This record gives sequence, structure tokens and C-alpha cells, in this order.
Amino acid sequence: MTTHSLIRFGRRFGLHAIAIALAIVLMLPFYWALISSLKQMNEVRQIPLVWWPSVPQWINYRDVWNVRFFPNWVGNSIFLTLVATTGTVVSSSLAGYAFARFSFPGKNLLFSVTLATLMLPAYVLLIPNYMLFWKLGWLNTYLPLTVPFWFGQAFFIFLFRQFFMTIPTELDDAARIDGASYPRIFWSIMLPLCAPVYAAAAIIEGINQWNSFLRPLIILNRPENFPLSVGIRYFVVNPGDNLPKDHLLMAAAVMMTLPVIILFFLGQRAFLRGVVMSGIKG
Amino acid sequence: MATRAAVLPRPLAARGSLRREQTLWAYVFLLPWIIGLLVFVLGPILFSLGLSFFTYTLGREATFAGLDNWLKAFTQDELFWPSVGRTVLYTAVVVPLSVFGALLVAMLLNQRLRATTVYRTLFFMPHLVPLVASAFIWLWLLSPQYGALNEFIWQIGLRLTGSGIKGPGWFSDPAWAMPALMAVALWSAVGGNMMVIFLAGLQGIPQELYEAAAIDGAGAWSRFRHVTLPMISPTLFFNSVLACILAFQVFDVPFIATRGGPAYATWLYGLHIYRTSFEFFDMGYGSTLAWISFVLLSVFTYVQFRSARSWVYYAGEAR
Repeated sequence: MTTHSLIRFGRRFGLHAIAIALAIVLMLPFYWALISSLKQMNEVRQIPLVWWPSVPQWINYRDVWNVRFFPNWVGNSIFLTLVATTGTVVSSSLAGYAFARFSFPGKNLLFSVTLATLMLPAYVLLIPNYMLFWKLGWLNTYLPLTVPFWFGQAFFIFLFRQFFMTIPTELDDAARIDGASYPRIFWSIMLPLCAPVYAAAAIIEGINQWNSFLRPLIILNRPENFPLSVGIRYFVVNPGDNLPKDHLLMAAAVMMTLPVIILFFLGQRAFLRGVVMSGIKG
Repeated sequence: MATRAAVLPRPLAARGSLRREQTLWAYVFLLPWIIGLLVFVLGPILFSLGLSFFTYTLGREATFAGLDNWLKAFTQDELFWPSVGRTVLYTAVVVPLSVFGALLVAMLLNQRLRATTVYRTLFFMPHLVPLVASAFIWLWLLSPQYGALNEFIWQIGLRLTGSGIKGPGWFSDPAWAMPALMAVALWSAVGGNMMVIFLAGLQGIPQELYEAAAIDGAGAWSRFRHVTLPMISPTLFFNSVLACILAFQVFDVPFIATRGGPAYATWLYGLHIYRTSFEFFDMGYGSTLAWISFVLLSVFTYVQFRSARSWVYYAGEAR
């Protein structure tokens, strides 16, 4: 081997070593949660550390599932995620289409305001929105957690607009000449061409909704109605007896994380592309 | 409009009717968002500004209080300044470390190593863990008595000095609770969305620039400083601005892991607003606190945008 290729090899080797070390550091908490979730009660707090459970306790997952309301929480999370995500995607894509394709008076102002709302801290809206829901009698219902999402979100409007802008306008023009109406162009040209951005938006917002914590925390107060993110706290808040529950807690944490990871793997390409697009200047 | 169109030559008149049709349809498509903007965003902002001048507890009578709430925050509320200070500290540590950490990770992935996709997926995983779940995982990992990390520290001490080293109490020690929160934030951020955005930015840098720099004899640092950094500056700016806004509002992990304790060591601004508004239902004062953070963040974002002119470089823009 020449010196040059030796240096090249050394450099590659070093970079791989760094990457692997980083991957291990970032994955360790993950591995530890997973492995703890499969331990027996007496192994959980054992010292020296148990790196592999003697007999993996899959039954822990059944025990978590049998905790009162746990199936409710999972069902509620799925329901809320589906309804809110659908709403966000539908309403935001309509607005994104308008910003990308039409010229109309007030467009620049409206678009600037839309972008500015991206910078708003959530707390400024949280209190007045809470009072609005209280006045409407919506507290302790799912309405505050679903209805507002059918009226668009600035981030996704921006995302859709960015994507729609990349579709050549010749397609619209040709359809116009053939006498197609705007809703028809949207439905039969834009929608099929823009499937990737719909997938990206649905995954990003789906994950957001699944993880959503503060909103359901302040809106709901009956345990059977909680989504998983809020309900899962009950493992800590209500320990019941003094036996270690860390293995069950970790099983619950894994169960909450799993759908997110599955969703990510199903739409990895679309998802990453969407994230990248959100970082492109308008 | 109609009369003006009538005196215009035919093609322009046709364009006028097209414009009317476009305007009509644009507003049809925008209708949900315009309603949402008014009802759930702009209306509420104004309402909460108004509310900040009232003493109002949910369900009670509202009384006009003038500037009382604002003065209370600055002069009487003993938790106000410390929580602002803690949140600024949290932001000042987490944002630079996570932004530059994400940039370094992106640069590592941009070396065209084999298995880059696998690395990227692994690095991204922590970002996918719901914050609520990651709070649990870290509480367990950093548990003072049974946690894996303290046992690890103990073992290292045993190997090196022959006696174990007792690790800190992390979330239960006032001195260590904030660093623990910051560690959780860094863990989930360095391989996350910011990193992916950086990676796309890095991949967009024309290779010729590096080749030209290499011909001029530029070393690795010089290439980073004079090619990578300017070319990536718009992305750097975007990530920094959003990271600051998000870090300042941090809530989920401290709420679950420490509830602001021990001894108020992690009583961050978001927790202060939460307790005021949704535990005490003091909506007037809560709105004031929310508005103070709004003003603070707006000023800070404005400063960032101003300073961006001197360091953010947009390729393709005449300068």
C-alpha cells in the first residue's frame, strides 16, 4: 500500500470509529430502556447491572396493557392523532395551494402574517384559547384537541406552498385550457403529483399529535379520556405499593415510542424530505 | 372594476376577469385558514394582551388592574426573575451546543462513508422518542441509587482508583438537575431535524468551491471557515432562530422529570406560566407572563435578524 492510500484508509477508519461511538452513545439510553422493560422485578435494580435479562419478560408488556385505562389511552391517542392530522393536512394544503398558485389582493400581507405566526410562543395562544373553550363548554371534550386543527397550521401551509411551487405551472395552464375548474386541477393534478409532501406532512404532524402533551394536559381531566402521553404519567404519580415499577415504566415508554418509530420507517424518505423542505428559505 | 374593464382592450379585459376568478378561488381555498387565523391566533393574541391589564381568575369577576400585573412580575413575583434567568441560561447552553453539535454530526455524515444511511437513522432515533417517554427513560437512567449511569461512574472509579466514585443525584440534586435537563435536550437534538436540515445544506454546496480552495492551499479548518460556514449560514441562521424559540418554551421534560424542583432549581419560565394559568387559574397574570415572553422573544428574534445581515450569506443574491 502506498502512503497516500494508507492515510486515506486511516482517515476513513477514524471517521467510522467516531460515527460508531456516537451511535452507541445515542442508542444506549434506548437499549437500556428496552432491556429494562424485559427484566423481572428482582433484576431491575440489581447491581452489578444486568445487561441482558436471564429470561426476557414479555409478560411485562401484557401487565402494562392490563393497567386500568391503558388500552383506552392508546385508543384515545390513535383517535386524536388521526382526526387532528387529517384536519391539518387537508386545511393546510388548501391554503398552501392558494399561496403557491393564485395572485390576489392581500396575498403578501396574508403570507407574511402566516409566517410570523411561526415565531409565536405557544403560551400566548394557550390561555385565551383555553378561555374560549371554557366559554364554549368544550373543556373535557375532544373538541379543543381536534376542531382547531381543521383550520390550518402555518408551518404546514408553508411546507405545502414550498412543494406546490416546484410543480410546473404548464400543467395547470393546460388543464385550464381544457376547461378544468380550480378545485378540479387541485384534485386531479396537484394531489397525485404531491403525494410525497402529503406523506411528509402527515408523518410530521402525526408524530407531533401522538406526542402532544401540554394541550391534552390542560383540557382533559378524566383519566379514561387521556391520550397516552398524559395517561402514562400515572405510572409515576400513583405508585400504589413500594415495589419497583421501573420495568413496567420502561415497557410503557417503549410502547409509546414504538408507533413513532414504525411511522418513521414507513415514510422515512418522505419524512426527511419534508423536514429538509421546511428549512429552505421561501 | 367592471367599468374599467369595459374600456380596456380585449386581452386585458380577459385578464381582469381571470384575476377576479383567481381572487375568488384563492379566498375559497384560504377560507379555513383565515377563520383559523382570526379565531385561534390573532383574536387570542389581542385578547390575552387585553387580559394582561385585568385581575381575572377563571370564573370570577374581572377587574381592571392597569399595569399591576406587569409591575407584579417585575417587582413582586419572587419566582419571576429567577425563572427568566434559568430559562435564558438553559437556552444559552442548549442552543449553541445542539446547533453546532448537529452541524458537526451532519458534517460527519457528509463524508460519503459507507453505511451513512444506517448512521443517519441511528442518530435520528433519539429525536423520535416522545419527550414524555424520554423524560421517563432519563429519570430511570439517571436515578441516583439504581441508575445505570451512576453505576457506570462507580465502576470507573473502582477500576481507576480502587474505590468507587459516587455519582451526582442528577434530577434530585439542585446543582445537577439543570445539567441533566440540558443533557436530555442535547441527546434528542444533535441527530434530529436540525441535523437533517444541515445535511441537506451541506450537500447543496458545490464541490468546485472545495476544489478551488484546496488548489489555493486551504487546509481543513480554512475550508470550513471560508467555504462551509458561509455557504451553510442561511441554514445555520434558520436552525438557530427556531431552536431559541423552542428552547425558551421548554416544558414537557422538566414538568415530568422534576416538576420544577428540587428547590425550584429547574423552575423554568414555561412551568411558571403553566402553574399560574392552569393550576391557580390566574388568567390575567398568566397572560402577562405569556406576553412578557412574547416580547422578549420578539426582541431577541429581531436582533438575530438584524445581525444576520452581517453574517448570513445567500448565494445567488447580489451583494
